[in-house]
Amino acid sequence: MDLTQITSSVLASGPEIIIILGACVALMLSLVPRPGQGALLAGLSLVMIALAAAMSLTLAQNPQTAYGGMFVNDGFSTFFKMLLYLGTALTILISDRYLGTEDAAKGEYYVLLLFALSGAMIMVSGKDLLIIYVGLELQALSIYVLVGFLTTNTRSNEAALKYVILGAFSSGLLLFGLSLLYGLTGTTQLEAMGEALDSVETSSPLLALATVFLIVGLLFKVGAVPFHMWVPDIYEGAPSPVTGFMSTVGKVAAVAVILRLLIQDLAMLDPIWRGSVEAVAVLTLAAGSFAALVQTNIKRMLAYSSIAHGGFLLLGLLAGGSEGLASVMLYLLIFTVTNLGLFAVIVLLNRGAGQGENIQDFSGLAKSQPGVALMALVFLLSLAGIPPTGGFFAKFYVLVALVDAGFVLLAVFAVLLSAIAAWFYLRVIMLMYMEQNDQPAVFQVSPAIGWALIVTFTGTVLTGVLPAWFLGVSKAAATAGLG
Amino acid sequence: MEEMLREYLPILVFLAVAVGLGIVLILAAVVLAVRNPDPEKVSAYECGFNAFDDARMKFDVRFYLVSILFIIFDLEIAFLFPWAVGFKDISMTGFWSMMVFLGVLTIGFAYEWKKGALEWE
Repeated sequence: MDLTQITSSVLASGPEIIIILGACVALMLSLVPRPGQGALLAGLSLVMIALAAAMSLTLAQNPQTAYGGMFVNDGFSTFFKMLLYLGTALTILISDRYLGTEDAAKGEYYVLLLFALSGAMIMVSGKDLLIIYVGLELQALSIYVLVGFLTTNTRSNEAALKYVILGAFSSGLLLFGLSLLYGLTGTTQLEAMGEALDSVETSSPLLALATVFLIVGLLFKVGAVPFHMWVPDIYEGAPSPVTGFMSTVGKVAAVAVILRLLIQDLAMLDPIWRGSVEAVAVLTLAAGSFAALVQTNIKRMLAYSSIAHGGFLLLGLLAGGSEGLASVMLYLLIFTVTNLGLFAVIVLLNRGAGQGENIQDFSGLAKSQPGVALMALVFLLSLAGIPPTGGFFAKFYVLVALVDAGFVLLAVFAVLLSAIAAWFYLRVIMLMYMEQNDQPAVFQVSPAIGWALIVTFTGTVLTGVLPAWFLGVSKAAATAGLG
Repeated sequence: MEEMLREYLPILVFLAVAVGLGIVLILAAVVLAVRNPDPEKVSAYECGFNAFDDARMKFDVRFYLVSILFIIFDLEIAFLFPWAVGFKDISMTGFWSMMVFLGVLTIGFAYEWKKGALEWE
């Protein structure tokens, strides 16, 4: 590579470099403790994310590949990066208070969040299996540590250990699939691999083996049934803002990789995985919806809820084409704002040492905190998919794409199962509005969380009011990705 | 593709020889060795005197920390060697890539030093 190529490559990966530099500066700053350090680091992280977002938007003006075709800035990656910025910024806003009540305020928290963000960004921009894998590991390693961030809490430690072991295991499966694909094609670059695979018979047993490992590794990362066992324990044990981060940013990045591999560059593998992914999608929807019905811990319930939402995302993948792609992207946008909004409420209810996570703690919230209760109501209705909130249109467009692609039976299944899933969201709403509570939740909404709530609430309502505009944006981004 | 796989043939041969040699040596010990155990012979040997305690004892976690920190710099050397050997042939890109890598490593080193991970007490 000569100097001009290097310069343009460095420029193209500018957002990632900004975030990583920000993380390094924050790490150095965290070594010199001073009063108000948490706010300083949170502010620095937010500024860095804003800079990276501005740079991403500028780069999106002329889509290009960099680093010899291993890295790409297209509409697809820009859309997903915006989601990642949004999710991380919201997580940072709700973190300060949680770390305060849990007495775990350390500078490394923001550093790890930024590193996880940069890993996720590399995942969505990667056009080479190794680059994608490196991004995945950077993101995963940072999240392992974040999950165990409450060092004195045994549940947090247990969750971190489980996540490390299962994460390493699933990465191993994925890597094995990737190495088989490399063995079949002699390249790790997706474009060249797609061309090379065109000449390989889809009935080749080696290709089937590679696809199986690839799919299993990726499904592990999004927590699809039957690879979902880790999700509830880890979501419950992790610090609440980190749970919110994993269920949005982590999921967004993993789904982006799935879409890039399975719908775009390696679309010829479709006949191999379609049948099994159909079964997995239905099982995921069913298991997530039914298991959530009996949960008493709100984070555990949301873990199963996020499994069920993962099922919907897989349905969008099955629908395929730019329609399916756009519907999944819109779904992720709406899920990100709604879920993080609900996690902001969970952080407000937290009383330290894992207290305030039982769904009974929501009871009587409408009396003591009517404003927060109203927002929680909208978030829950959106997760349940009830109009006129964004969540309804998220599911609606996935179902439209599914029916258009001719999968009517799957769509009927999905509607039935999401009707069941609506019940456990409604149960929390009933607790908030119908039940009395002798010890109502008492809390002050800090400015940071207030902003997070305003942004997520506005996002949830706006996507419900102007769904067509948001769908247009995701469709434009999706087709830019295909081109 | 066949050609690419052929390039990996030496590795396959190497693996076969390694596994084969290992199995042969273990089997040879089973077949050839004279077995005549007595209590003194099978007890733990510790430099001539009686064993102090069980070998499965608790282990200071700081050893792990030191070994993990060691691995990072071990890998750094593994990167630096081929870089230094091929220094004449790599362009300025190669030089600056390594500088970036060393810079990132230095930040990590400053962090672990300031955090006291290198102090034993």
